[in-house]
Amino acid sequence: MTTVRVKLPTHLRRLAKVDGEIELAAGDLPTQRTLIDALEQRYPMLRGTVRDTATGKRRAYVRFFACETDLSHDSPDEPLPAPVTSGAEPFLIVGAMAGG
Amino acid sequence: MSGVRVLVGTRKGAFILTSDGERAEWQVDGPHFGGWEVYHVAGSPADPDRLYASQSTSWFGQLVQRSDDGGRTWHQVDHDFGYEGGAGEHLWYDGTPKPWEFTRIWHLEPSPSDPDTVYAGAQDAALYRSTDGGASWQELTALRKHTSGPGWQPGAGGLCLHTIILDPRDPARIFTAISAAGAFRSDDHGQSWRPINRGLRSAGIPDPEAEVGHCVHRIAQHPARPEVLFMQKHWDVMRSDDAGDSWREISGDLPSDFGFPIAVHPHEPETIYVVPIHSDSEHYPPEGKLRVYRSRSGGDEWEALTDGLPQRDCYVNVLRDAMAVDSLDDAGIYFGTTGGQVYASADSGEHWAPIVRDLPPVYSVEVQTLR
Repeated sequence: MTTVRVKLPTHLRRLAKVDGEIELAAGDLPTQRTLIDALEQRYPMLRGTVRDTATGKRRAYVRFFACETDLSHDSPDEPLPAPVTSGAEPFLIVGAMAGG
Repeated sequence: MSGVRVLVGTRKGAFILTSDGERAEWQVDGPHFGGWEVYHVAGSPADPDRLYASQSTSWFGQLVQRSDDGGRTWHQVDHDFGYEGGAGEHLWYDGTPKPWEFTRIWHLEPSPSDPDTVYAGAQDAALYRSTDGGASWQELTALRKHTSGPGWQPGAGGLCLHTIILDPRDPARIFTAISAAGAFRSDDHGQSWRPINRGLRSAGIPDPEAEVGHCVHRIAQHPARPEVLFMQKHWDVMRSDDAGDSWREISGDLPSDFGFPIAVHPHEPETIYVVPIHSDSEHYPPEGKLRVYRSRSGGDEWEALTDGLPQRDCYVNVLRDAMAVDSLDDAGIYFGTTGGQVYASADSGEHWAPIVRDLPPVYSVEVQTLR
């Protein structure tokens, strides 16, 4: 089981009642899907906030960054980058820059 | 000692304003859920400490919060608002079919008798009910699946179910309104529905007197006269004396019959309030004067209430859920503006004063009378 460091945006940290980074056990070969599965399992209050409950798709104004790269448009079943699975880099869940 | 609690939903959080029965000194508490859009906060008539709040953002979607202590503390309840039995399709703005897509909860309507039962109105239009205090939600699918549903087209604000009235005398009877489908009534606990739009006339649709397609903005009812309904439509203020079976226009001498909210005096079923707005594209008061209009004759004849309200250079709007009344002996009337002011009158509208001036744009105002 691989542990992944995850940084949540402020609003989701408040909902989940956590400070700073969290760590999630995201399976032997972590992907975006297994990571968000693990996030929703550990923090049920976040279900639907990162990906739509009906479609399972990433919400339009949520972005996934890691290793200074935008992974938002990668397949949810693509393995996460090695620096993320090794623990060297966190996986960033980010609220997109958008007015309002 | 009596008092009031004003529940305010804004574009960036919820606020709770409290006062004693004099309604002269106010305490402002908030923001709750800061940074989130709060379309509606509603209290249970059966337990005033039970509150429900609709919390959403474009970023992270829809949540629902519940308080069991009058808004001091909150906890998140279920927010799974799926479309049961498949989404189906309605008409999009360009006239093409579009699958129903959940965006947010516009309105929460707690049961008059059970704190754990609450209804929720969604965009895209659907009606949900929880009977376990928000722990789970079930869609009352018959409304969305009405035979007219595939022909419903959103108004400018979206295909939103914004009005839910639970008839105080007949628990089986529910009224809803959807922009821009119109008004609907169920007489069997939501198991079946029929449009109640006869008499409405809307110039903006191909058949001005169509059975559905009217942009109803808000419906109000007095609990002592549940067969009488008052409606602020996109244009026109309307009245029904037969539970929506037929409507007649009561705009009378209003300076504009466009507007969003409508409210009924708590002790005078023929006294109603609207806030005229210049037009559908100019969402501000005529002449830059913020005036509440009151009719004491159930419509047609209106008087401007201006004392304490800005009478020059005022270009705010008052949204459909942003007007409410308390039920103290000298009735309190309240409304919130898109400029962030919440105004209160403790004498049925004769005199007004702001409770608070600088909130985010106000989406909704509800009032609880505490005894």
